[in-house]
Amino acid sequence: MGVIRTEELLLNVGPQHPSTHGVFRIIVKLDGEVITEAIPVMGYLHRGTEKLAESLNFTQIIPYTDRMDYVSAMTNNYVLCHAVEKMMGLEVPKRAEFLRLIVMELQRVASHLVWWGTYLLDIGAMSPFLYAFKERETIVQLFNELCGARLTYNYMRVGGVKWDAPPGWLDKVREFVPYMEKKLAEYDKLVSGNEIFLARIRGVGRYDAQTAIDYGLSGANLRCTGVKRDLRRCEPYSLYDRFEFDIPVGTNGDCYDRYLLRLEEIKQSLGILRQALEQFPEGGETMGKAPRVIRPPAGEIYVGIESPRGEIGCHIVSKGKAEPYRLKFRRPSFVNLQILPKLLVGETMTNLITILGGIDIVVGEVDC
Amino acid sequence: MGSLLSSPMTWEHALAVFLWGVVLMLIVLGFVTYAIYFERKVIGWMQFRIGPNRVGPLGLLQSVADILKLLLKEDTIPRKADRMLFVLAPVLAFVPSFTVLAVIPYTQKLYFADLNVGLLYYVALSGISTLAIVLGGWASNNKYALLGGMRSAAQMISYEVPLVISVTGVVMLSGTLNLRGIVDSQSGGWFWDWNFIPQIVGFAVFVVAAVSELNRTPFDLPEAESELVAGYHVEYSGFRFAFFMLTEYVYVYAIAGLTTTLFLGGWHAPAPFLDFVPGIVWFALKFTFIVFFLFWLRATMPRIRVDQLMGLGWKVLLPLSLANVFITAACIELFQR
Repeated sequence: MGVIRTEELLLNVGPQHPSTHGVFRIIVKLDGEVITEAIPVMGYLHRGTEKLAESLNFTQIIPYTDRMDYVSAMTNNYVLCHAVEKMMGLEVPKRAEFLRLIVMELQRVASHLVWWGTYLLDIGAMSPFLYAFKERETIVQLFNELCGARLTYNYMRVGGVKWDAPPGWLDKVREFVPYMEKKLAEYDKLVSGNEIFLARIRGVGRYDAQTAIDYGLSGANLRCTGVKRDLRRCEPYSLYDRFEFDIPVGTNGDCYDRYLLRLEEIKQSLGILRQALEQFPEGGETMGKAPRVIRPPAGEIYVGIESPRGEIGCHIVSKGKAEPYRLKFRRPSFVNLQILPKLLVGETMTNLITILGGIDIVVGEVDC
Repeated sequence: MGSLLSSPMTWEHALAVFLWGVVLMLIVLGFVTYAIYFERKVIGWMQFRIGPNRVGPLGLLQSVADILKLLLKEDTIPRKADRMLFVLAPVLAFVPSFTVLAVIPYTQKLYFADLNVGLLYYVALSGISTLAIVLGGWASNNKYALLGGMRSAAQMISYEVPLVISVTGVVMLSGTLNLRGIVDSQSGGWFWDWNFIPQIVGFAVFVVAAVSELNRTPFDLPEAESELVAGYHVEYSGFRFAFFMLTEYVYVYAIAGLTTTLFLGGWHAPAPFLDFVPGIVWFALKFTFIVFFLFWLRATMPRIRVDQLMGLGWKVLLPLSLANVFITAACIELFQR
């Protein structure tokens, strides 16, 4: 009898797989259940947004940004508008800027809720998913009242926002903030201390600060290693310099830290919302003095803001025309995903799902 | 029922036994239909949803419609599958799940087989279903199914052992393997005479191991939807898939019945003054509670990881159940002699 010959198992995870959050694909080589190599394959949702943008004027590009990170469309709207405004030196009215900030923070809460629910669903707990979507529904309804869409809002314009808040809308947000704070504490109590849950995510997918910086990670994926970088604080845009809020950081750089960070970020966002609602200006315009046809001056600009997933950047090269000469988005999901093959080696099939979920990708943004 | 089983086999008796068997099977099938409905309603209630409410009044015919749909679906066999094993696996899973039901006693008079090794019979036969899951996973010729089947084999071996050892304490206390005898030994009038209090460690180990045997959350690794898509039954469709589902729910019935019998005093009332209520009602109540408990777990728990599952089985449950056997033996020796 010779030695029993074992073979590597080549397993194709995705593009149709319940836990790859869309049409993402990873080819893994398995030795038993242990991964020896992982090759991510992307591009199944590629729509050529950046190329399409070259033949569209800036107002027409805004709906395309909605469809990149469709879980957080408001921040995508903002990064494009903000870049163009900065290029043209446009002044945005206070009321419009406040509305933008409120919807962005609501969006952050909604986005983290989606992540929280789907992550727990990946780990095998079913109920939190429905709880998260129940709370998210309130936010989605608020957006629906504001701009008539539930997912792809097309709400912001260069120089302001398209619609003013309907009567009573702000009061609804005011009611939502304490309600969500209460619910968040409840959900935290329900899930965060669960023994099985802790055993599943503690110490999984661990990396240190230097690795995170080397891979260009941003958002909770970077902050979980203890690097205190949040563009809302480091390079303040919009009105973030007016508000008090903490930037939570982790210490271990594992999935559990990322989980706790995102919950804490929901809490901080609610705090920002509370302050923003207090300072909200009475009356005023919602649209600045933007020209009818937007023609940024020739030149280049890069603007990065903090989306729920990390630094989303917009790089515009303009030749003084109504269409950009070249438009490039720095998509945090795409950049954060780079570390995946490194993290997966030596992990089991089960941890693949835990780690991939912990990175928090949106495939629409990975492929753009 | 007892007289029927012990009387000599004549044509009339054979017919009567056969009819009783059919009645039991109908009850079990009815249970499965409404257990699925109950599960969906319970979980819906826990998740702020309504659950099935469209087919029939209150959605009561939803499961019936689902089963009919499965019957009408195309029965596919993958081209590269091992045909014979693929076809055999669902049947092999399903037959033992029904046969184990024979030994569960419902009341003093209502039981379907009176084996003196009833418990052993249950444990031995329920192990065969594992084989079916491994076969199904292997025969599908699908990598996800294979991983699911492998996990299932590892899981069942790890948990069969503590399951059996955890009930040893009960057997030692009652001095019999006959399930009716075990229930009889728990008669004392009060609920603290039931086995779950003197055998609290055994009971805890038994419940954990039983949930694992059932492949239910948090031990639903062989099917682990978010990792293995559907695990061992990923390639099955139509009626063959229905058989796997049926097996799962029949085992829920069996385990609920077995737990009631072994640890919760079977048909006995929790207090002497409640004896006027018929035993079958008490049995049904305890039984329903366990079924509810299983569904409740599913709505609450995340899934455990494979290696942690093995660790829990071998390093925690097995020593605990062995210690339980040892302590039980010592106590019997010290106090009952």
